[in-house]
Amino acid sequence: MNTVAFTLFAVIVLLTLGITYWASKRTQTTTDFYAAGRSISGWQNGIAISGDYMSAASFLGIAGLIALNGFDGFLYSVGWLVAYLVVLIVVAEPLRNTGRYTLADMLAYRLKAKPVRSAAALSTISISTFYMIAQLVGAGGIIKLLLGLQYEVAIILIGVLMILYVAFGGMLATTWVQIVKAVLLMTGTILLSLLVLSHFGFSIVEMFNQVSAQYGQSFLEPGKLYKNPLDNISLGLALLAGTAGLPHILIRFYTVPNAKEARTSVAWAMVIIGSFYIMTTFLGFGAALLVGQEKIKAADKAGNMAAPLLADALGGNFFLAFISAVAFATILAVVAGLVISAAGAFAHDFYSNVLRGGQVTEREQIRVAKWASIIVGVVSIILALLAKEQNVAFLVALAFAVAASANLPVIVFSLFWKRFNTAGAVSGILTGLISSILLVLVSPNLMEPDQALFPLKNPAILSVPLGMLGAILGTLLSREPEAERKFTELYVRSQTGIGAE
Amino acid sequence: MKTGSHNTDWEQIARSPEFRTLMKRKRRFMIWSVAFFSLYYFALPVLTGYFRFLNTPVFGSMNGAYLFALSQFFMAWVLAFLYIRHANRMDRLIEEIICKRKEKAS
Repeated sequence: MNTVAFTLFAVIVLLTLGITYWASKRTQTTTDFYAAGRSISGWQNGIAISGDYMSAASFLGIAGLIALNGFDGFLYSVGWLVAYLVVLIVVAEPLRNTGRYTLADMLAYRLKAKPVRSAAALSTISISTFYMIAQLVGAGGIIKLLLGLQYEVAIILIGVLMILYVAFGGMLATTWVQIVKAVLLMTGTILLSLLVLSHFGFSIVEMFNQVSAQYGQSFLEPGKLYKNPLDNISLGLALLAGTAGLPHILIRFYTVPNAKEARTSVAWAMVIIGSFYIMTTFLGFGAALLVGQEKIKAADKAGNMAAPLLADALGGNFFLAFISAVAFATILAVVAGLVISAAGAFAHDFYSNVLRGGQVTEREQIRVAKWASIIVGVVSIILALLAKEQNVAFLVALAFAVAASANLPVIVFSLFWKRFNTAGAVSGILTGLISSILLVLVSPNLMEPDQALFPLKNPAILSVPLGMLGAILGTLLSREPEAERKFTELYVRSQTGIGAE
Repeated sequence: MKTGSHNTDWEQIARSPEFRTLMKRKRRFMIWSVAFFSLYYFALPVLTGYFRFLNTPVFGSMNGAYLFALSQFFMAWVLAFLYIRHANRMDRLIEEIICKRKEKAS
């Protein structure tokens, strides 16, 4: 075992537990637990959003994809940033103006609370679970490679930590874990990029020339990883429309005091996320040139070790240990965000508002939320242990596809379409959710490529229109005067913030 | 909900000329920007997937495909900057609407 890595790893664990202890003393009300008491400022929330969003898949996965497949790896990076324009321009501010803790709050504003909250809780929990299993399985593998810990030990360690952060520290602890992680990740990535560039006289063109000389010009051209352009377009749609429907990102807008701060936080997040994803070029091509594809593939077939091996090659053992610790912190921050979004959907939407019709005291709701986060955490640990040998990359694609097909159309219709009603929201969420899951089940992700009934790896290109169609048909087949009457209230409030908490 | 939504006349605000101007300007920005970035964004997989001309090297080995992908980042930043500027102007309109309500109330 690498002792420097182990020390840094322990420092991160102690630091985040310290944050949790500090936050637990400040977490008394439901607003504290779900929304950090709305005490987070715009720029802090911006950093936390980046910390929540830049998962291990981005940091380790993209660097590996670029190192092994060249240009095509970079396509993901583009989608992950441009998607924030949808978040910024369409959803962030209206959502902050009309909700309290979860996505369903906005929907329940003018629609019937019970059916809408149940459907939204179902899609939130599904998305969080798909995303979380993918993160945990990836995490187990990576920590095993980096620290030599057994897969099972790594999963249980991360799982216990994430339960502690969320159950005791609530959203405040989760937010600060995300901020710490984002700062560490950016520091590590900037250092690595500068070291890579120094090898090429700080000339990006020179780096590209050497890539071309060693791997051929075709390595810099598209088509190596994705043979079917439609697959690319479908993935692009899932990323673009899915980000604005990801529940763990949406709940971050409730931690700031008002819509203006929500806007500021997306702007900050876009600066950080954009700079990070541009630097994936240096990490990826740097690893291809300075480590070599043979060595990267020997360590891990999928390329996940490209960035750590690059750190080892450029800065020796200490730098390798630092990058490993960053990867560990990354996983902790992302899974904590997922646990709190799933626990909120269960405790706030399903338990308090559906089962108990809103007749729950503050103390009881917090207790249920804490228990929900423990249960969500334990269930995902078990699922991740069972999924040990699975290739789970498709789960992340599925999470984005469900968010794009089930959540985004319903959010947009609810905010801008007067005629939209409860039947439309429920059928929209269910059609989007079921169609994206079914299409993935019969796709090349899980079937032999030549036998797959649906030829694309990502279902968004079909499931997003289906989700929209479900929402439109459900709306047109029933009338709900109450929802239409309350539309004006939601519309004025969402756009001006008048009456918002 | 501290301000209490019961005593707010939402219909009246919605009908006011100030709110209509606000929504006209908000919508115009939203529709044009969403149309623009969607076209720009999907141009990348379409142009690199179905055509080959972006593979031409531009600076040394750096080709058009990479430069176009890179330009997406700057497109997103510039559009976000324009949106923030626009939204800050909308904030001033919203403040006027709120001031007028208070005048009427008092």
